[in-house]
Amino acid sequence: MAGIIGYGAYIPRNRIKVEEIAKIWGADAPSYKRGLGLEEKAVPSPDQDTITLSVEAARSAIARAAIDPREIGAVYVGSESHPYAVKPSGTILAEAIGATPEVHSASFEFACKAGSEAMFVCLCQVESGRIKYGLAVGADTSQGAPGDALEYSAAAGAAAFLFGRDNIIAEVNETYAYMTDTPDFWRREHQRYPRHAGRFTGEPAYFKHVLGAAEGIMAKAGMTPKDFAYAVFHQPNGKFPLNAGKRLGFTKEQIETGRLVPKLGNTYSGSSPLGLTAILDVARPGNRILMVSYGSGAGSDAFVFTVTERIREVQDKAAKTRDMLDKNKVYIDYGTYAKYRGKILKAE
Amino acid sequence: MANPAGYWREIPQRYRLEAGKCKSCSEMYFPPRLVCARCGSRQFETVKLQDKGQILTFTIIRVGPSQFMDETPFAVGIIELDGGVRITAQIVDCDFEKLAIGQRVRLEFRRIQKQGEAGILCYGHKCVPI
Amino acid sequence: MRDVAILGIGLNEKWGELWDKSLRDIFVEAALHALDDAAVDHIDSMYVGCMTGGMFVAQEHLGCLMADYLGVNPVAATRVESACSSGGAAFRQGFIEVASGVSDLVMVGGVEKMTDVSGDEATHALSAASDMEYEAYQGITFPGLYALMARAHMHQYGTTREQLAHVAVKNHRHGAMNPVAQYPFEVTLEEVLGSVLVADPLHILDCSPITDGAAAAVLCPLEMARKIAKKPVVRVSASAQASGTLALHSRKDLAWLESTVRAAEQAYKMAGKGPKDLHVAEVHDCFTIAEIMVLEALGLVERGKGGQAAESGMTALGGRIPVNTSGGLKSKGHPVGATGVAQIVEIAIQLRGEAGARQVKGARVGLTQNMGGTGGSSVVHILEAC
Repeated sequence: MAGIIGYGAYIPRNRIKVEEIAKIWGADAPSYKRGLGLEEKAVPSPDQDTITLSVEAARSAIARAAIDPREIGAVYVGSESHPYAVKPSGTILAEAIGATPEVHSASFEFACKAGSEAMFVCLCQVESGRIKYGLAVGADTSQGAPGDALEYSAAAGAAAFLFGRDNIIAEVNETYAYMTDTPDFWRREHQRYPRHAGRFTGEPAYFKHVLGAAEGIMAKAGMTPKDFAYAVFHQPNGKFPLNAGKRLGFTKEQIETGRLVPKLGNTYSGSSPLGLTAILDVARPGNRILMVSYGSGAGSDAFVFTVTERIREVQDKAAKTRDMLDKNKVYIDYGTYAKYRGKILKAE
Repeated sequence: MANPAGYWREIPQRYRLEAGKCKSCSEMYFPPRLVCARCGSRQFETVKLQDKGQILTFTIIRVGPSQFMDETPFAVGIIELDGGVRITAQIVDCDFEKLAIGQRVRLEFRRIQKQGEAGILCYGHKCVPI
Repeated sequence: MRDVAILGIGLNEKWGELWDKSLRDIFVEAALHALDDAAVDHIDSMYVGCMTGGMFVAQEHLGCLMADYLGVNPVAATRVESACSSGGAAFRQGFIEVASGVSDLVMVGGVEKMTDVSGDEATHALSAASDMEYEAYQGITFPGLYALMARAHMHQYGTTREQLAHVAVKNHRHGAMNPVAQYPFEVTLEEVLGSVLVADPLHILDCSPITDGAAAAVLCPLEMARKIAKKPVVRVSASAQASGTLALHSRKDLAWLESTVRAAEQAYKMAGKGPKDLHVAEVHDCFTIAEIMVLEALGLVERGKGGQAAESGMTALGGRIPVNTSGGLKSKGHPVGATGVAQIVEIAIQLRGEAGARQVKGARVGLTQNMGGTGGSSVVHILEAC
């Protein structure tokens, strides 16, 4: 049996409100807030990127797991905003946490499910016995094109999970993947911003795969929604995860703890993983958790976790997700946001 | 600065805060050295710096180097880490008005510089008020 | 050890942005003035103080270049570098060569050509005087480093921004009387405090400028000077130098210039003089806070009381010990490698009685203090009228 032995999160402190963005583009803020189920999002500072966020989240995971980083056999970062197109984010992360040189690394990409893909691969390596510990991070500093709907929600954050066989805090009971070729959202090489297919990103994309994966894993595991204390779905906006949950038969209470998006925005590869960290921060032994990610292109990874007794020993060992989300916030205006996100043309 | 080899050489210090401690007199050096300036010994052990400390002095750079344009104005200070070693580092995610000598900070991993749009990315630590 | 005298001195015409003069032009101009002033037809050896010909104009091998262009091949010519104290350090090397008996006539020149590169590139070149990997890498600039010292000084001793500004006001008042100065005009306290903030608490008018300029001196044994000098003889009664840590964060006391203290102690001992014996001084006011800290390190005021000195008028012309009658680095300009030698030139002018409107009456003993980086190097000379 393998599972999560440590987890960590990192959310940058800057926030921009929907009103600030709407003001610049002449959009109606209240209708965006209603339509997206979103109030504000996290913005990385100019000195933060997927790698820096990953390092902070990973350090928290290691603190909770209380292991020697030299025994980590694989370090994978899943993101759609890797700072290097060629040179894995994991190389710098592994060096920073002291896992080098006996360690595997590669960059994972599958839109918003790159993080959960990394989690799946680490789990398998640990289960096979090939490695003792595996570190999987879902992190992004995603960009939305100016004036586009995605600009309101594209946010930044990182969630890190250490997998192992001993001192497990959340067992992995079941996994499931549901993936097809669906052109709902993509980014061609060398393009600065992604493109999306509007309303096509709903039913045939998000819902088909999230529901497909959720139903698939519950059937495989012989479970129903009432077996779970918590469920966390990919959260591109505030409404989709509520809708998915409702259609599957989950209650709002089961979903609310992991649903960070209204105040966080969509952290892409960090989206459902960060929701999972928020749940683990308050979960109790015996709680069962369903996590379903979604990555455009498209696919969903599903996991069933059961929290162990050991969870109580580790929750307080590092920063908690809700604390990072709700405290020490710095609100910025659109000009500062555009400067921070490199949206202003500079001289050569 | 930040040609690949020169940058790579400093990684143990920049990423993992590895300092040298004199085996004879326990003086700490960051970055590590070949000879102890205090006692002349040439034997050192590697020790990691602590990640918390206090501000000894600080300033706000308002006219800065062009490669830091996106962060200007920014605060930078000399911080005495718990354990005694002093470093120069930026202070970020802070309210300039509230910065004070004696303030407690912790080190956070950040990108320090990048070499244009195509050069290498250079990482290190900055301070965040706690 | 022989006694050493200054036989001739010279500066290039004007300090400032010299678009039509190259590095070699500026140096040779100053050196020719010094040779004329010394009225000698040859020299035995030469030292060139320059912080970084390489980073400013991509030119190294400066000893060779200047000896060639001054027409003094094949004498030995060596470039000396000690960041902003390159000039002072070069002068000390020249002093040693004469004092030791190795040479009789030694030319010492200092030069910097800073305006061929952009302001950004100049800032980068200057930052090389700090710890590139552990200070400059983090984004700190030179004004930033001195601002860190200023804040520490203000915290420890209650020094105020007004006191810093008084240094700039005083030095501009002096510089307004110096035809060579880059900024030969006065500034008011309000103008200094109202000027744009560069690195809190330093405003742009607390900072010395980017300048092209050169200075030169000819040294010889005192015995020789007494026989052949055409101008009043000035003796170099002390030459001292000390090192401090490179990085500011390695200093025990962030508001104290240890290397200047040590160099000054050595200089006072060598000359058999103390701070009270000085009539005039040229110190390294790269930033206003620097002058304040140097006054303390030289023992001209009690530790911590440097802020009051400029405010009280003690260091202005007419005061107890006029400091930076040339205008200092602030008003005269700071072509890095030239500064140390130009300080010597100003004191020599004072001791000869040739300072005109800026003359300190009855000046017979003067001191120069030249500093590199944030105080990693200090060079102190004491000159006396003969």
